[in-house]
Amino acid sequence: MQQMISLQDLTLWIDEFLRNLFGGTWALLIEFVLIGLALLVAYAVLALFLIYAERKICAFFQCRIGPNRVGIWGIFQSTADMIKILLKELIRINRADHFLFRIASFIVIIGSICTFAALPFAKGIQVLDFNIGVFYILAISSLGVVGILMAGWSSNSKYTMIGAMRSGAQLLSYELSCGLSLLAVVVLAGTMQVSQIVEQQSDLWFIFKGHIPACIAFVTYLIAGHAETNRGPFDLPEAESELTAGYHTEYSGIQFGFFYLAEYLNMFIIAAIAATMFLGGWMPLHIPGWESFNKVMDYIPSFVWFFGKTGFCIFLALWVRWSFPRLRIDQLLNLEWKILMPICLINLLLMSVAVIF
Amino acid sequence: MKALYNYIKNIVIGIYQLMQGMYISMLNMLRPKVTEQYPENRGKKQYGEWFRAMLVMPHDVENHHRCTACGICMNSCPNGTIKVESNMIKDETTGKDKRVLNRYLYDLGSCTFCALCTQNCPFHAIEWSNDFENTVFNCQKLVLKLNKEGSSLMVKKTENKE
Repeated sequence: MQQMISLQDLTLWIDEFLRNLFGGTWALLIEFVLIGLALLVAYAVLALFLIYAERKICAFFQCRIGPNRVGIWGIFQSTADMIKILLKELIRINRADHFLFRIASFIVIIGSICTFAALPFAKGIQVLDFNIGVFYILAISSLGVVGILMAGWSSNSKYTMIGAMRSGAQLLSYELSCGLSLLAVVVLAGTMQVSQIVEQQSDLWFIFKGHIPACIAFVTYLIAGHAETNRGPFDLPEAESELTAGYHTEYSGIQFGFFYLAEYLNMFIIAAIAATMFLGGWMPLHIPGWESFNKVMDYIPSFVWFFGKTGFCIFLALWVRWSFPRLRIDQLLNLEWKILMPICLINLLLMSVAVIF
Repeated sequence: MKALYNYIKNIVIGIYQLMQGMYISMLNMLRPKVTEQYPENRGKKQYGEWFRAMLVMPHDVENHHRCTACGICMNSCPNGTIKVESNMIKDETTGKDKRVLNRYLYDLGSCTFCALCTQNCPFHAIEWSNDFENTVFNCQKLVLKLNKEGSSLMVKKTENKE
């Protein structure tokens, strides 16, 4: 573990430098601003990259090439899209509830950014590290549904209303199996602090350590998390063929961009949480007893591990998205209440038994 | 008990079938891509005989075509795209009247590429080319004269060979 590059040294050095220069209070304020800025930039850059990656992978699944005109291999396609979306007009909707209409997109994106802040990106890079980290993640990530319901209600349109209602039903029910499968990990780890959970996977990742219950929890979390991002076979809230675009039909310009951004980053967040909880986060693959193998693995930087595992989970999500047809609303709720939740509850019991004995 | 057994059996079957679906979509992903990179592969790709881009009249090296100006193509064309203008001249050897092609006019603007003309031509005088870049700036330029300047009918010997 000693060889791994820790970015904590860098952050501590910046902290000390600012404290010497400005003194306690000002240094703290400046750090807040710096961290906020860094988070927002990371958020935007990741979103651009994710949009590009998604379009490319979707194209591959459909035997197409995908964006390939803007820049080499089309890598600036999403940047061009961003500039376009920034230049668009914000259309004022007739007889809409303008206050709710305007703040809905902000609530969605605030929920997404606050969850984003709690992710451990690399060794020593984690903004929020509470002792109730998992609880915080679950709570704040379900803030988005409020924004979605607001957007659907305030747009004064039947499509957005139906989309938002479906989204509400879907998110509220899948939140349960999401939480229950994460609880299985909490039972295994014995802590809710995200950094502790990652630290405990230094000898072996939880998906291997936790035997069958951890594998089941991983799969159920991926399914439930996938449903929470409103994508893939669970994209009822924005079913293009029936509801135009669902809850964000009436939005334009950067407000639509916020929904778009939040959707992609939610996909990243779900994948990152799955990677952190089950696949060890930034922790390299360590196998007890194989000392030289572990040392070689330590030479790979921690953020490469984190983004590699997250990328793997994102690819799984896209793979599922292009494989399965969309579910009906009753099938969707059947899947959650009759199949996923019983499995999660039994799995939690199994995990407790496995931890005790 | 039976219900529980069925419940678990359905879940297992469902997972197996979902895995099958994912396997198939993965095979699709690994397949070669079918997108045409148009301006880059310009002129490199031949689409074969089925591709109906424009009507042409093939000429051999001695500037001979096979059109006898019988007008079957003109009559079979449903929207009057083809106009065959012919002259009657007296044949020196036999002394009979003979129809000779003067101008073969083809209006690309009204052609629906139904290929009735090429199917009905008894002498295979006209065929379709792969040359699909047909855009011009005004519609007068869409009316094309297919027979080349100074061309004449192929001699009968080669015709019989066909």
